[in-house]
Amino acid sequence: MASRGGGRGCGRGQLTFNVEAVGIGKGDALPPPTLQPSPLFPPLEFRPVPLPSGEEGEYVLALKQELRGAMRQLPYFIRPAVPKRDWRRLPRELRIRVRKLQKERTTIILPKRPPKTTEDKEETIQKLETLEKKEEEVTSEEDEEKEEEEEKEEEEEEEYDEEEHEEETDYIMSYFDNGEDFGGDSDDNMDEAIY
Amino acid sequence: MTQAEIKLCSLLLQEHFGEIVEKIGVHLIRTGSQPLRVIAHDTGTSLDQVKKALCVLIQHNLVIYQVHKRGVVEYEAQCNRVLRMLRYPRYIYTAKTLYSDTGELIVEELLLNGKMTMSAVVKKVADRLTETMEDGKTMDYAEVSNTFVRLVDTHFVQRCPLVPATENSDTGPPPPAPTLVVSEKDMYLVPKLSLIGKGKRRRSSDEDATGEPKAKRPKQTTDNKEPIPDDGIYWQANLDRFHQHFRDQAIVSAVANRMDQTSSEIVRTMLRMSEVTTPSGAPFTQPLSSNEIFRSLPVGYNISKQVLDQYLTLLADDPLEFVGKSGDSGGGMYVINLHKALGSLATATLESVVQERFGSRCARIFRLVLQKKHLEQKQVEDFAMIPAKEAKDMLYKMLSENFISLQVGCL
Repeated sequence: MASRGGGRGCGRGQLTFNVEAVGIGKGDALPPPTLQPSPLFPPLEFRPVPLPSGEEGEYVLALKQELRGAMRQLPYFIRPAVPKRDWRRLPRELRIRVRKLQKERTTIILPKRPPKTTEDKEETIQKLETLEKKEEEVTSEEDEEKEEEEEKEEEEEEEYDEEEHEEETDYIMSYFDNGEDFGGDSDDNMDEAIY
Repeated sequence: MTQAEIKLCSLLLQEHFGEIVEKIGVHLIRTGSQPLRVIAHDTGTSLDQVKKALCVLIQHNLVIYQVHKRGVVEYEAQCNRVLRMLRYPRYIYTAKTLYSDTGELIVEELLLNGKMTMSAVVKKVADRLTETMEDGKTMDYAEVSNTFVRLVDTHFVQRCPLVPATENSDTGPPPPAPTLVVSEKDMYLVPKLSLIGKGKRRRSSDEDATGEPKAKRPKQTTDNKEPIPDDGIYWQANLDRFHQHFRDQAIVSAVANRMDQTSSEIVRTMLRMSEVTTPSGAPFTQPLSSNEIFRSLPVGYNISKQVLDQYLTLLADDPLEFVGKSGDSGGGMYVINLHKALGSLATATLESVVQERFGSRCARIFRLVLQKKHLEQKQVEDFAMIPAKEAKDMLYKMLSENFISLQVGCL
C-alpha cells in the first residue's frame, strides 16, 4: 500500500514489478480479466479407451474380484491384533481364557487340546457378545487349528502362552490374559434377548 | 524399484495378506536383505508378528532367505514376484482354456496357497469340483491327478526346491535354515502316487468352527491316520512358462491381425515345435525346415506343401520380420525372430498409447521421432508436414508428459 501511494504521482497503472519481464510488451492489450477461478479439471479432449470387454475380459475381471475375497478368508491373511484392555474396569465375564504358547518359527506345533467344557462355555459367551471383527479372528483361529495337520510351514494364528507362573500366584489365570481375545463393548451382534 | 512400484506392491500385499504382512513386505522391498531382529526393530512390530508375516511371505515365494556367516539368516523380498500377483487371474484363465475347469482349479489352488503337495491339491480340487456337480455325482481323484500330471508335463507346474537329505544327522547342531536345492532333472518328475478316492461334498457338520457350541470338539482323526505319501514334495505354479505362453499368444494374434488365419496357424505350429528346443530368452527359435512344419501342422488343416511354402515365403518377406529364412535345406529353414517380434509389438503398443492420449497427429510426430531417433524442431515440422505452431504445441505437450525428452547438443 505504501508503494502504491508513493507511485501515484508518477503515472497511472504502474505495478511494482517490471511488466515486460512477464511477456506483456509496452502498448499490448492486457489479457481479459479473469472473473472466476480456472476450472478444476480442464476439458478432456481424448477419452480413454474402454476396458477390454468380451468373454475373456469379463471372466478375468470376475476372477480378480473373487480371488481378492478368497484371500481374505485364507489363513495367510493376518489380521492386526486387538489392543490391550484394562481388565480392572470391565466385567469379569468378558475376559476370555486363552492359553498362549510361545513358539519359535521353525518348530512344528501340534498342541493337544483336550476338550474343556469351561473353555467352550466362555467361548460361547464370547461368540455372542463380540464385535464382528473379533468373531472373524476367533473363527480364523479355529479354522487354523483344523489346518494344523496340513502344511508344516503354514502359519498358525492362535497364540498359546505358557503359564509359567501357574503355581506361584494367588490370582486366577485369566488375570494374566493380555486381552487378545477381548469381547467387545458393543452389542452389535447380540443374538440373545436382553432382559 | 520406483516409488510407484513400491506403492503398488504395498497395495497388493495389503489386499491379499493384510496390514502386518504389508508392513514387513514393503520394509524389505525398500531396504533390501535384513535379518529378523533388525526387521522387528525397524518396523516397530512385535517379533511374533514379524515371524508370522515372514512365514506367509516365504510360503508364497515372495521372500527368500539366506544363511550368512555366523549363522545369521537374512530375508530378501522379491519385488517383481509381488507384482506378478496382478496376473493371477490371467494365469488361471489360461489354465482354464488349456485344461478346462480341473486345470483352472489346480492352478488357482497353487497360486492361492503358494506351495502345496500333490495329494493336497488333488483332494482340494476334487472336493471343490464335487461341490459344483449335480447331487450324487462326485469327482474322482484319478481324473484330477491326470490333469495335474499333464500340467506338469507341459511345465506349467513345477517342483519347489527341496530340502537336501541329510547324510549324517549328528554332525553338530542343525543349520539355522535349510539350504534348499534346486534339482533340474527332477523339476518335473511326478512321484508315483496312488491317489484313490472321490471328492467330498462339504457337509453341514463341517461348519462347526463357526457354529454352535459343543461339549467335545471332534478331532480330525481321518486326516491323521494316513501318512502323507508325498510328504516334503511341494509344487508351485511355473510363472515363466505362463509368460512364454502369453508371448506366443501375442505373436500369433499379431500375425492373424496383420495377415490371415492360416499364417497365424503356421506361426503357432512353429512356436509349438520350438517350445522344448528353444530357451525362453532366446532371440530366435531353432531353425525348422518346411518339411517338418508341414508334418506338424494340426490335423484339420488341409493345405498342400506348395501352399505352405508360399505362406512361409510371404511371412519371411514381410517387413515386420516376424519370420526369417535361415537356410534352404529341407525345403527351406525358417526361424521366428522372437526379439524382433516382441520389439515390434512393444513399439505398436507405445504408438497406440500416444494416439489415444494425444491424437493421431501427435502420434505421427511420435512415430517419426521413434524412427529417426533424434530430430530437431525444424525437421519435425518438415517430416510430419504439420504447421510450425501446432508442431511446437504438440511437442511441448508430449514433453510435459515425459513421452519425449530433450537432448541438448553442442553445435
